Amino acid sequence: MIRLVKDDLRPPAEPPKRHLLSVADLTRDDVDRLLGTAQTFAASLERHVKKLPTLKGHLVVNLFYESSTRTSSSFELAAKRLSADTLTVKSTGSSVDKGESLKDTALTLGAYDPDVIVIRHPQIGAPQLVAEVTEAHVVNAGDGKHQHPTQALLDLYTIRQEIGRLEGLHVAIVGDVLHSRVARSLLQGFALVGIRTTLVGPPALLPRELPAETTTDIEAIRDADVVYVLRMQNERMEAGANFVPSLREYTARWGVTPERLRPGQKVMHPGPMNRGVEIDDRVADSPDSLITTQVRSGLVVRMAVLYDVLTGGPVGVQALAAAEVA
Amino acid sequence: MLWQKELPGANVVIRGARVLDPAEGVDARLEVRIDDGVIADIAERVDANEHRVIEADGLVLAPAFVDPHVHLRTPGREDEETVASGTSAAAAGGYCAILAMPNTDPVVDSAATLGALVETARDEALVPVGFLAAITRGQHGEELTEMGELADTGAVAFSDDGMPVASAGLMRRALQYASSTDRPLALHCEEPTLSRGGHVHEGRVAAELGFAGYPSVAESVAVERDLSIAGYEGGRIHVLHLSAAESAEALRRARDAGVAASGEVTPHHLVLTDDAVRSLDPNVKMNPPLRAEQDRQVLLEGVRNGTIEAIATDHAPHAAHEKEVPFEAAPFGVTGLETAFAALYTHLVEPGVLTLETLLERMSAGPARIFGLDRPRVAAGASANLVLLDLDRGWTVGERPFRSRSGNSWLLGSPLDGTVRMTLAGGSVVHE
Repeated sequence: MIRLVKDDLRPPAEPPKRHLLSVADLTRDDVDRLLGTAQTFAASLERHVKKLPTLKGHLVVNLFYESSTRTSSSFELAAKRLSADTLTVKSTGSSVDKGESLKDTALTLGAYDPDVIVIRHPQIGAPQLVAEVTEAHVVNAGDGKHQHPTQALLDLYTIRQEIGRLEGLHVAIVGDVLHSRVARSLLQGFALVGIRTTLVGPPALLPRELPAETTTDIEAIRDADVVYVLRMQNERMEAGANFVPSLREYTARWGVTPERLRPGQKVMHPGPMNRGVEIDDRVADSPDSLITTQVRSGLVVRMAVLYDVLTGGPVGVQALAAAEVA
Repeated sequence: MLWQKELPGANVVIRGARVLDPAEGVDARLEVRIDDGVIADIAERVDANEHRVIEADGLVLAPAFVDPHVHLRTPGREDEETVASGTSAAAAGGYCAILAMPNTDPVVDSAATLGALVETARDEALVPVGFLAAITRGQHGEELTEMGELADTGAVAFSDDGMPVASAGLMRRALQYASSTDRPLALHCEEPTLSRGGHVHEGRVAAELGFAGYPSVAESVAVERDLSIAGYEGGRIHVLHLSAAESAEALRRARDAGVAASGEVTPHHLVLTDDAVRSLDPNVKMNPPLRAEQDRQVLLEGVRNGTIEAIATDHAPHAAHEKEVPFEAAPFGVTGLETAFAALYTHLVEPGVLTLETLLERMSAGPARIFGLDRPRVAAGASANLVLLDLDRGWTVGERPFRSRSGNSWLLGSPLDGTVRMTLAGGSVVHE
């Protein structure tokens, strides 16, 4: 039998630079260290002067090919709180409008010798490409339906802060799993820390072969400690795709309402929410909703990620040991 | 009908090689003399006359390869491949004949376009090249091309490769009409409403990475449909680039039932699975996509038992700037002419998955039979269409520039065993 593929047939990997491209690249130790660092930064933000000199003289470029409020603002603020210089480039109003390729845009920005490039892009693998063609440390701020690793980290941080532990918890992820990079990163992150996951949603929006329990029965969310509601991504629903007959029917069958929850069940959502579609107003605004806590966590977790890729504590893409040897 | 530029006929004697022609039942250490491009003598000892003598101890002399599925990108994308560069790549890969697909710009759907290509081939083709013409005008899947005139101008077969013939009714009409030209239809089987937007085989890898899935059933329902129509009409079809187990099984059942159907598979579908996509390397993106290990095993069994008679590269050159993009933005397709034999020898023959004899048959006699081409053979009186292989010599893909104008190989940087030392095509030495 031949041994398959990627190791045999690919050129030997270059010595790894430290990036954060996918949760799949992280170890449990990486996650613990990052959450610990985030907690330290959270304490520092309670002081009167919130700026730390830690990354003074470093340049963080935020390269955003998709609209974003939370992710782009929190990365920018995270860099500023650590005293790094920041440069934000959005695809609209830049040379991307003139048809410049991602490779050329990355080379152009790479010419300023940025220490970190944070990239959000609608296509899977865009952060890899930037990591290949520049010398910067690359942080994936969301690539297509693939990964959104800092979201998974901030969600783990939020759960740990609120419930006090991670291991042994049960989370139900509800909604459009198929099109969700958040769900993919969460699944891997949850598996890493020993959280059990159940995926709940309409049949065509649950990928067939993801390594998790899946069910189409919304009642299943009652068993969970945390109900994680995904955005119903209208913008990804091509006309005529018929994943669900209508949003109205979706809401009737899978919308998260107070009636479908147990008292005390925590509710999370990565935002932006479609109130009245996947999540009821009363749920979103209830004391058990962790949604604004998630936003606050985003800042300190992204500070921790920037700190980690740029200082000795590697975020451990692939092999932090190898990086240290090199 | 194949076309090649004018080249001098070879006058050589090849000594010391293991002559291996599975279709002729030859496997012996023999000497071969070629006079003016024609095999004149095969014996334990032949007179050298005053020919150049090639000492080939330890090498294998076999019928050269036939690739029924190549994209020469001419006319329209000569930056990616030309008839000259593509046939040069073919020569380096050990091929003595290749067939080019008509999905060019403009599409080869008229005698005028085909005639111009034939002229180009007469001027430029290092290796004999034949052309398929489109089934439908512009490959739009609406109106049949003038198949009679195209056949008279030299079309070997008809294909809308790259695009499926979506309408079952039109497929039936195409089969009916093509039968009057005695040419097969070579079919890209894909049900577009099932594959739509898909980049990667719908399975665990696509689910984990977030790629839109292109399920096996998108291929197999189209294969089953076309086999049914071919069975009903009695027409002859060739199923291109099989990728799914269900498709190969449908082909086997149809052949058992007497349907005049053949099939081909690519080297990448025989060696890789969708696991390779985890690299996010655009050079493992092709249509149909790499599938699961189970599919690969069924395809291999099809090659072994003869359900799949041909191995075809689906050589699809793409400009570097089009492939140096995120996976989803990259076009489908990989090159293959220069690496096919070595890849299959290294990954299938050496580990004992496929015999060398079967590999040689499926890369030469099999595809020639399907398309009615003269079978390359090591026999007295035959035109010299031979390849001299050094099975012991390894090389690394990409260490030397490709003859192809494009370098989008799925094997870049990988070490392979098996080197093509010399190719004779149409009676001439075209590579050494």
